[in-house]
Amino acid sequence: MTASGGLVSELVLCGLAVLLAVAVPSRHRSLASGAASLALGVSGVFTGVAAMAAPSATGLLLTLPLPVGTAVSPLILAPTPMGGLFSVVVGAVGAVAALYGIGYAHGPAASRTGWSAYAVFLLGMLLVTSAGDVLTLLLGWETMAIGSTILLLAEHAERPAVRPAALWYAVMTHLSFLALVIGFALLAHGAHTTSLAGIADAHLAGPTAVAAFFLLLVGFATKAGLVPFHVWLPRAHPEAPSHASAVMSAAMVAMGVYGIVLLTHDLLPRISSSYALVVLALGVVSASYGILQASVSSDLKRLLAYSTTENVGLAVTALGLGMLLTNAGQPDAAAVAQVSALLLVVSHAAFKTVLFLGAGSILKATGLRDLDAMGGLVGSHPVTTWTFGVAALGASALPVTSGFVAEWALLQALAHGDGRSDTVLAFALPVTLGLVALTIGLGLLTFVKAFGTAFLARPRSAAAASAPPEAQPGIPAAAMATAQILGAAAVVVLGLAAGPLATACAHVWGSNAAVVAGLGGVRLASVGILDPVSLTLLAIGLALPVGLLVLVLRRRVPRRETDVPWGCGGVRTSPRMEYTATSYAEPLVRVFGEALRPERTLEVAHTEADHVLESRVAFAQEVSDLVEARGYAPAATWLNWLGDQARRIQNGSIHRYLGFSFAALILVLVVVTIP
Amino acid sequence: MTAVVLIIVQVLVALAVTPLLLGVMRQVRSRLESRVGAGVLQPYRDVAKLLRKQPLRAQGSSPILVYAPLVLLVSSLMIVALVPLITTSSLVTIPSDLFVVVSLLLVGTVAMAVLGLDGGTAFGGMGSSRHMMIAALVEPTVLMSVYALSVPVGSSTLSTIVAARGLDPARVVTPAGLLAVVALVIVVLAETGRLPVDNPSTHLELTMVHEAMILESAGRDLAWLEVGSWLRLTALLGLVVNLALPWGVAADASPLMLVLGVVALVVKLLAAGAIVAAAEVFMAKLRLFRVPELLAGSFVLAFLAVTASYLAG
Repeated sequence: MTASGGLVSELVLCGLAVLLAVAVPSRHRSLASGAASLALGVSGVFTGVAAMAAPSATGLLLTLPLPVGTAVSPLILAPTPMGGLFSVVVGAVGAVAALYGIGYAHGPAASRTGWSAYAVFLLGMLLVTSAGDVLTLLLGWETMAIGSTILLLAEHAERPAVRPAALWYAVMTHLSFLALVIGFALLAHGAHTTSLAGIADAHLAGPTAVAAFFLLLVGFATKAGLVPFHVWLPRAHPEAPSHASAVMSAAMVAMGVYGIVLLTHDLLPRISSSYALVVLALGVVSASYGILQASVSSDLKRLLAYSTTENVGLAVTALGLGMLLTNAGQPDAAAVAQVSALLLVVSHAAFKTVLFLGAGSILKATGLRDLDAMGGLVGSHPVTTWTFGVAALGASALPVTSGFVAEWALLQALAHGDGRSDTVLAFALPVTLGLVALTIGLGLLTFVKAFGTAFLARPRSAAAASAPPEAQPGIPAAAMATAQILGAAAVVVLGLAAGPLATACAHVWGSNAAVVAGLGGVRLASVGILDPVSLTLLAIGLALPVGLLVLVLRRRVPRRETDVPWGCGGVRTSPRMEYTATSYAEPLVRVFGEALRPERTLEVAHTEADHVLESRVAFAQEVSDLVEARGYAPAATWLNWLGDQARRIQNGSIHRYLGFSFAALILVLVVVTIP
Repeated sequence: MTAVVLIIVQVLVALAVTPLLLGVMRQVRSRLESRVGAGVLQPYRDVAKLLRKQPLRAQGSSPILVYAPLVLLVSSLMIVALVPLITTSSLVTIPSDLFVVVSLLLVGTVAMAVLGLDGGTAFGGMGSSRHMMIAALVEPTVLMSVYALSVPVGSSTLSTIVAARGLDPARVVTPAGLLAVVALVIVVLAETGRLPVDNPSTHLELTMVHEAMILESAGRDLAWLEVGSWLRLTALLGLVVNLALPWGVAADASPLMLVLGVVALVVKLLAAGAIVAAAEVFMAKLRLFRVPELLAGSFVLAFLAVTASYLAG
């Protein structure tokens, strides 16, 4: 399959998915349209692979049927190898989430609109990855924004919280679009072409290009969910239907990273490299802030959303680091950093899909998103438990998962950068290393907390205790389980096949920094080797004698079952005595109290008989997002005030409006007469 | 092939000497506190006893209860296999890469933390939560201090760093080297649950961290947990003494060098253990929320070490 053929099939399959969503009655709609969306995702994967192998020189030209004369060039769909990689990511995530959606989608998410929006959303992202010119990119960008907004709004009638979330998302995503339109307009004006290759060849410089750089950076960073433009993410991801959350978090956010790669590597490399520290800071701040918020969050999907900010932050850190190292004349370490950025994106897509799908299964079975009310789901949800566990290992970057390989590469790039020759690096390297290490540490805590409180111990609420088992006969349950298992398998396989994966990532950058070594492991130029398969074999070799010993002992001294655990002699009377997610993070809230500023309320009610005796103590803690509370809330208040003021000039008097028209006319004439 | 043999020897030596290390540490402490002590061989007897006892499993606990101790043990065995304890030669495709070793440490940490939550008791969750908080805050110091040591060598492979320090003793006493080793010592104390971060001999419910997580384990489960945690102590303490005194570590696989390496390791390890135990007598456990200050201090030391290593280069 060539890339052009793949692009045509994408358009056709999207049309088919929309058609099926509209035409098929509701009983079979999810199966029919979901299958078409699945095929759309798979064709995205094939197109991406084809583009990575052999980018088509001319690509696919679509002439826009717009009545604006000959000035508008045709839309160019010509995926580069880099776009191909992101297309593979989008396609794979979209396909797995569509498969899950066949079983999961219910209510408004399974409506005609819901499934049509899903296909359109997917196509929008695939268009972005294969865009060869500015117009196509913006068109894809907006298609993606519209599709995802509609999906996000799906459950607005059932849950009021959806509405403000959708509003935040729509506003932020369109501010990002606005920044992109202005930025690209400046570039297209400077380069006299709208094709991305043409802009890259123009080697733009000067203040206009710098302005364009910052506008585009802000636009892409908003989509990527980087601090301080992340505020839509912890609101939108939890409220969307879970299969849509998975695509938004694992694939759509990666579009922001793709944009930053496009900007810093292709469009404006020289300007970007002089602002490499800005990119690095954006990444490092996002990573540490995101994971800190995730670690104290008790809403499972909100936690996953903040963890997305963290992971994207790490990828952007790697990009910024690559630019800094290139500036300092250390191309080897720079290439490693660049490879690690893409590894981070790919691994994040794999594990975050599974995590959101797992959250969806819990939500569907129990109606819970609050970790404090979960517990003991391992009994009723074994598939969800173990797939979520594998993905949590990936998110914690533990061996042998894809996340481990990615963070290993990032740490190696940091450790092999030489700070002795360059003052900027001498400062940036250790600070970045320290913050990345803290991010990794907090990431571990976050995912131990999420996994442990959701699936282990005893149920903390009636809803969790009476969760129906996930193993049900029929297609829906099978589709959900298959999607989760496929995703978890991808996390492990990508971790084991580190060599081929890293080689592909290096190839996309046009470097050969990574080669396959050992048993499918990776050797990074001038850095060293990581061979997860050998590591696994060593683990198996060491586990074998232990396992034999266990077998012998098990026969001699069998295990005995007791009805309650010991608990220091305290009989477990009530599950309320267990540690919850909030109490798990309490030490952290104390340590980072200055940075988090939690709001605590403590209400003590006294008995009527004696005001010394306490009848009821209520404690509530809320950790709000400081960036939102201190940055966005005042801005929103100010805008509201401005709107109120603006109302004054509209008093409904026709004379005044005629006066405005006259003034406007005069102004236009004055402007026109100025030579 | 020799590397495989060396790894097997290293693992076996570590397994044999680890209970002795714990025994010596406990005995030193007992004698300094004017107690008779149980003798240096008591840990061997403890493990043998636990392996004979019946493991319990409470209703509602998950397979984590059975498998987490094994994961901890195997991860500790892997660390012992990879860290340069008696030899600096390592496997070709699995070098003793710092970041791999650290992530293996974290596998064990996570296994224990998940185990703590699995019981569903208040104590388990409490220990697990504190354990992960300390682990998260230790992480920056670990990476930073070994980064400081790796800068002059240009490699993050532990055996290369140890070998380079052995060849050039002047490196050992540089400010960067000293600061990094001091920071590492604090890290090792925190990671292995020694004073002043955690008291390994406490059973006072509200202060314990490590003990709180393993409350629900009995019999061989407990034995795996104990041996796994002890092996971590051996590996980390062994790494620190080899970084501080990089002599006697076998550079090749000749039997004479190996015997020398084993003897050197045992002597250095037991001496270091005795010093740690003696220091613990004069120390009280820090309040939990003072621990972050200690760790921040060790991070500053590691950061200074990095800066010093830049200046020295």
